[in-house]
Amino acid sequence: MVPFAGWEMPVQYEGVIPEHLAVRTDAGVFDVSHMGELEVEGPRARELLQGALSNDLDRLEPGQAQYTLLTNEDGGIIDDLIVYRVGECSYLLVVNASNRATAYAWLKEREIPGSDVRDVSDECALVAVQGPRAIERLGLPPAPAFTFAEDSVDGVEVMVNRTGYTGEDGCELLCMSEDAVRLWDAVLERGVVACGLGARDSLRLEVCYPLHGNDIGPETDAISAGLAWACALDKEFEGVDVLRRVKEEGPERRLVAFVMEEKAIPRQRMAIEGGGEVTSGSHSPMLGIGIGMGYVPAAQAKAETELTIDVRGRPRRARVVKKPIYKREE
Amino acid sequence: MAAAESYPDDLKYHEEHDWARVERDEAVLGITWFAADALGELVHFEPPEVGSAVMKDQSYGEVESVKAVSEVIAPLSGEVLEVNEQVVDAPETVNDDPYGNGWLLRIRVGDSGEVDALLDAGAYRELLAQQ
Repeated sequence: MVPFAGWEMPVQYEGVIPEHLAVRTDAGVFDVSHMGELEVEGPRARELLQGALSNDLDRLEPGQAQYTLLTNEDGGIIDDLIVYRVGECSYLLVVNASNRATAYAWLKEREIPGSDVRDVSDECALVAVQGPRAIERLGLPPAPAFTFAEDSVDGVEVMVNRTGYTGEDGCELLCMSEDAVRLWDAVLERGVVACGLGARDSLRLEVCYPLHGNDIGPETDAISAGLAWACALDKEFEGVDVLRRVKEEGPERRLVAFVMEEKAIPRQRMAIEGGGEVTSGSHSPMLGIGIGMGYVPAAQAKAETELTIDVRGRPRRARVVKKPIYKREE
Repeated sequence: MAAAESYPDDLKYHEEHDWARVERDEAVLGITWFAADALGELVHFEPPEVGSAVMKDQSYGEVESVKAVSEVIAPLSGEVLEVNEQVVDAPETVNDDPYGNGWLLRIRVGDSGEVDALLDAGAYRELLAQQ
């Protein structure tokens, strides 16, 4: 167990690699109750969020979800999150544990009459069930990605969100805190493998989902991070001017994905020759090699560019690849 | 399959969780079951070069799991005669067989007096029990 944003989190149960493989081939379950949940309601909730979040909220119907960014005035990323449109005038934001207080305070400060922001994290538990057989094992009906619906799993009332952080099919089950243990046990009973933070990190890195605090943060902008697709630059939101300018001028550095060409495992904060830095690194259980992401000068950001990474004093060759690093064979 | 916990009686141990199998003026080195289990499945071994010197109590290489990097401490001083390439190619061999196929280095022992300072299996087990 390790401390994480005020929570005690398991790094692994049986081992990072078997847990990782379970999610890629069958189904694994993560207790992600540390994540924060913010409710934003009221006739002007949309207006508040549309001005604070980077993605276009108007593309969401009730029952749909969207990946989006909470940005600051410099276009930096306060948090990356998923917004669920729960009702006509009601939204749920699932934010990173370490940014829960910041994101809440940021939105609360910008509250306008007719909008109400509440932190409901302590009332909610979140259990992510991920993998090609996740939905089948839970006995849930098929549904498109980024949608959600009320349902139940073995008698526990849940909101089934067809979202996740592993690149696999699956869902995130939101339930009342008091039902969390019952839900967790029910999911395990259905033959789903318990997974810890270690596998969560190696899974998300293989598919190049950025981790806030590693790959993105208040000092990095969405364009350089390759998240322009989550930014509606034709609408007004905090920091949009900066993002438009970066987009127009082209970022000076970019967040790239790379694979090691020599035996070595890249780790966060290792230097990349030419002025870059590794922001996430690990061993890829699927590819059997070291993989990572990091910021490099734009000139080095093209796929197939050779990089040299300083692995504790040893220069090791890596190669820029297109994201995602791992993609399931169809 | 990860091996079951064991600390063979014919080995000498170092408190940094390394073992040595001493045969005349040579020794085979590796990490103990305890170290391998604590790290989890190994995915990388960074060995020293053949011909280089290792110094007792100092790091001669690194082993890595998905999440962690750990230095490997030499229980004895000497010259590296051979690196176990099987572990370089398949680091999980250490978890499967830490005292057999999962050995790391073969060295020529520089100072046989150092051997006497190492722990026997009983003393090493006691050390683990205190942790």
